Amino acid sequence: MGKYFLRRIFYAIPAIIVISFVSFLLIQLPPGTFADTIAAQMMESGGVTPEAIKAIEERYGLNQPVFVQYWKWISGILLRGDFGQSFIWGRPVGTIIWDRLGYTLLLTGFAFLFVCILSIPIGIYSAVKQYSVGDYIATSIGFLGLAIPGFLFALILMFIGFRFFDQTVGGFFSPEFTHAPMSWAKFADLLSHLWMPMIAVGMAGAASLIRIIRANLLDELLKPYVVTARAKGLSEFRLLIKYPVRLALIPFVATLGWMLPQLISGATIVSVVMSLPTTGPLLLRALLGQDMYLASSFIMLLSVLTVIGTLISDVLLAIVDPRIRFQ
Amino acid sequence: MIDPTKTVTGDIIPGAAAAWHDTEASLQLASQWKLMWWRFRKHKLALVSGIVLICIYLVAAFVEFLAPFSTDRMISELAYAPPQRLRFLDRTEEGRKFRLHVYGYKYTIDELSLEREFKVDPDQKFDVRFFVKGEPYRMWGFIRGNRHLVGPVDTGAPFFLLGADRLGRDLFSRLIYGTRISMTIGLVGVMMSLILGILLGGISGYYGGTVDLIIQRIMEILRSMPTIPLWMGLAAAIPYYWSPVLVYFMITLILSVIGWTWLAQAVRGKFYSLKTEDFVVAAKLDGCSELQVIVSHMVPSFISHIIATLTLAIPQMIIAETALSFLGIGLKPPVVSWGVLLKEAQNVRVLATSPWLFMPGLAVIIAVLSLNFLGDGIRDAADPYK
Repeated sequence: MGKYFLRRIFYAIPAIIVISFVSFLLIQLPPGTFADTIAAQMMESGGVTPEAIKAIEERYGLNQPVFVQYWKWISGILLRGDFGQSFIWGRPVGTIIWDRLGYTLLLTGFAFLFVCILSIPIGIYSAVKQYSVGDYIATSIGFLGLAIPGFLFALILMFIGFRFFDQTVGGFFSPEFTHAPMSWAKFADLLSHLWMPMIAVGMAGAASLIRIIRANLLDELLKPYVVTARAKGLSEFRLLIKYPVRLALIPFVATLGWMLPQLISGATIVSVVMSLPTTGPLLLRALLGQDMYLASSFIMLLSVLTVIGTLISDVLLAIVDPRIRFQ
Repeated sequence: MIDPTKTVTGDIIPGAAAAWHDTEASLQLASQWKLMWWRFRKHKLALVSGIVLICIYLVAAFVEFLAPFSTDRMISELAYAPPQRLRFLDRTEEGRKFRLHVYGYKYTIDELSLEREFKVDPDQKFDVRFFVKGEPYRMWGFIRGNRHLVGPVDTGAPFFLLGADRLGRDLFSRLIYGTRISMTIGLVGVMMSLILGILLGGISGYYGGTVDLIIQRIMEILRSMPTIPLWMGLAAAIPYYWSPVLVYFMITLILSVIGWTWLAQAVRGKFYSLKTEDFVVAAKLDGCSELQVIVSHMVPSFISHIIATLTLAIPQMIIAETALSFLGIGLKPPVVSWGVLLKEAQNVRVLATSPWLFMPGLAVIIAVLSLNFLGDGIRDAADPYK
């Protein structure tokens, strides 16, 4: 077990290194450096000196090869926790991203809970009662959930909320709670804001998981050990939970690994649509404004989160399924 | 084996034997593709989806003829005009008469919000005709024409079957034009993924060893990056001064950055399992070259699986393009795609007052749903011997 765990971590390290480099390179792709952007901005406000531009270029090593720039950036992060300076905001990136990242985690965490709570019971139900009305409804919901992209779903939910319940989304808290200390009332307020984006982000994942659980459980239900257990007089519910469901959940755990990147992806765009204070809208602005350190840091941190999520899911899988450990 | 045509007593039911021999023989003689078609035919939902998709692609092929107007024709005082109903009968003093027409609009301007409020005006009637002469166009860039499937006789008349957008442009025409871009971007993107996937997945599965390990790691890393932020980063890097065609191809390339990994995995798995099959070994021993073994022996045996994977990959690409264009970093106007059209519907207040702007969203959902069903049907039919 320990060996397997170590090997997985060992695999994750090069992945994280490559990801950090790709994230950095990505922002380097557009023509022109951000010194040009700054120069253009200074030009507008009047008073741009070649020395000032030179100073910026010097400070960030903009006229040096990309590897040197990357090294400056990544060593700053690793050694000093310094993510560089955001140009749009004129503040260090580190001060901007943390609470945004926290909200992204909050949203994906809740979306994940939603996915589990919705998909496991429905998946089990529609397998046990195959071809019943409930199964057909669940299957249709599953297909629709897969076909409606998250941001369209977010739009539909917002439209319904606005038109029929007079509720608008935007932010996680009502104004009166924004700066209030954490309390039950604040938590309730958070939930009342969170349900819409939570459903929008989690719907596609829930839909595919319902299908996966249903298919796996159907395979298990016909196996002889189930018949044996039933013949021995085990109650139907205990029988179900104790054996076939446990086995059917193994592929479920395996899918959690790719569920996380999907949820983070979905949260990014849903947040833009619903203007939530997560990383999504900020990342979009940073990309459009060529704010390279901010955008790179966001993409890198989101990807690292994903790698960690995949790692956790792999370890969980090894715990649940001994066959993987001994491979 | 028990002969099902014989009854317990051993009498042969006349006719039944012949019928049984017929089906049995045709089953055994049928080619793999024929068996697959029979299997596919049973999946009714997939069949219907296939027909829907053929219709959608026909629309995409003949947009210039099907759309009443071009994408930039606007009547600016009719911004956000609601959809009109096509009326067939005209009530006059002499009784009812068949006359295709639409009613005009009259509007009042709200003094506070300066918004126009539209009402149908039955006194204004605009004649509509099929195969009407309208704006000239060049189909596929070289066939000249000016006939449109349906349109107003007077080209300046208001004719908004799905309402008008922010600038008073016809949403129906724009939706039809968007079909071409949105539906082909999935195809082109999948083609690019296919080339990459077969090449790299094939190498990975056929040779194995270190090459396999490296390609596997690359795939893992690419897949562990959250797709939308990755796409956003790549799409934002497209220079704004590039021509729309170039942007279009860049976007398809960006979409296939992740897409190829799934195809490569499917191809690799197939190569891996087929490598040791008897018929492959036999072909090798017969002295077939490596390329020949792959192209004429291995590929035909898993092509149907690849087609299923491809069909299921297209909707992902369509969704991705829509998402990027919706965010404003994919395709940009004057190019018209469903995502570009949906960008107009971004504001929920606008959407609440003019819900018809969501129509492109419905188009996306229908297209994606049909592609998913079709892919499911093909996947089930892909292995007819099961």
